[in-house]
Amino acid sequence: MNSPGILAILRCMLTRDLILAIRRLSDVLTTLFFFVIVVSLFPLGVGTDMEMLRAIAPGIVWVAALLASMLALGRLFSEDFADGTLEQLILTPQPLSVLVFSKIIAHWLVTGLPLVLIAPLIGLQYDLPAGALWTLVLSLLVGTPVLSLIGAIGAALTLGLRGGGVLISLLILPLYVPVLVYGAGVVDAGISGLNTQSHFLLLSAFLVIALVLSPPATAAALRISIE
Amino acid sequence: MAINWFKYSSPASFYPIVDKSIPWFMGAAIVLAIAGLYLSFFTTPDVLQDQKQYYRIIFIHVPAAWMSMWLYIIMAIWAVIGLVFNTRLSFMMATALAPTGALFTFLALWTGSFWGKTSWGTWWDWDPRLTFELILLFLFIGYMALHTAIDDPRRADRAAALLALVGVFCVPIIYYSVQCPDPNSLNCRALHQTSSLRSIESSILTSMMVMTLAYWMYSFAAVFMRLRSIMLEREKGSDWVKEMIGRIS
Repeated sequence: MNSPGILAILRCMLTRDLILAIRRLSDVLTTLFFFVIVVSLFPLGVGTDMEMLRAIAPGIVWVAALLASMLALGRLFSEDFADGTLEQLILTPQPLSVLVFSKIIAHWLVTGLPLVLIAPLIGLQYDLPAGALWTLVLSLLVGTPVLSLIGAIGAALTLGLRGGGVLISLLILPLYVPVLVYGAGVVDAGISGLNTQSHFLLLSAFLVIALVLSPPATAAALRISIE
Repeated sequence: MAINWFKYSSPASFYPIVDKSIPWFMGAAIVLAIAGLYLSFFTTPDVLQDQKQYYRIIFIHVPAAWMSMWLYIIMAIWAVIGLVFNTRLSFMMATALAPTGALFTFLALWTGSFWGKTSWGTWWDWDPRLTFELILLFLFIGYMALHTAIDDPRRADRAAALLALVGVFCVPIIYYSVQCPDPNSLNCRALHQTSSLRSIESSILTSMMVMTLAYWMYSFAAVFMRLRSIMLEREKGSDWVKEMIGRIS
């Protein structure tokens, strides 16, 4: 019997996870609105001086994206864990890291990508210039997959634990620091008209490292949590 | 004759060594700490003008900062050894190391904040080294939180070990990112003075080394004490613990 190729596995898992997500669209929208609400609350707290808002916008949008993507992590494996699908996935002859990888992609498509797409609107709230809006979108496009990839390790480690939601923030947020520093940094540089290439190169390097190392680490963590 | 190292990877054969060595390490720590404090307070020169004494914080501060980083690396090494060889004792060692590492990280931050107030005029500054030390504290706390959240000790050991491994991989990247938030500029400005080990006077260096040694001895003692409790707790059903308790009572 021929075993399916890696691309076939990816496609199959992606279709399944995306269909599941579309059938429960409210979950997707919750993350998105969480992001929008958090970002909209800051001007109410710190005042509406446009000069200052422009200065703090990159940091706030990025921290809100960090929190939104972290909150969504709870759903990455928990439903499959609850109904036993996850155990079956581990038992299949297909490599677990590939299965996990496709789950992470699906997760990013439904929780990360909406944030990227709404970001220009958020930027307008903070009076960002048009050029900086593009930088913001691009930085989120490169950065949020890294957040999903790193976060997947934490989600797998805290699977089925009491208070897993709070615990995962403790484990994962410190590891998000490099993405936050350069993600917010590149928007800052964009606003002040500096060269943004080196920031983007570093962010892309993080993405490449995370793409390679996160799926096997997540698979190992799942095996530890399930056994 | 080759020593069979795996003999000591079993708690039953390692326990007596731990039990006997704790007083020695503790004694050495106390003696060295007294000697180190004496050296650093009475024999080192006043390097600052106006008889300012606050620089003597470094004898507590710098060794603590060193220890915090070493202990994180050692913890990660034991975690990896545990994952590779599946030895129970390695995981216990990693678990026992975490609180001491967190303690030294906190000590470094605390004394550093005193230094900052007297030297820079602020309790806290978002200086790269300070920020990094703070993140290191978060990493230690995350490790301990994950370990205590899992009831099954086997899963707790392995999950926390994997987290330590991921952490130790991320640490250089985090360090670089807080050190150089702006990759466009070549000089990464920092308030914190860079290492000046090579230029300081030998008496200061000596007292710093004695303090470091005292911290090491203390770490051994504290970690072994914690290890002793963990070993007894985990192995309470085993024959060697029952036999030992039978001997005592």
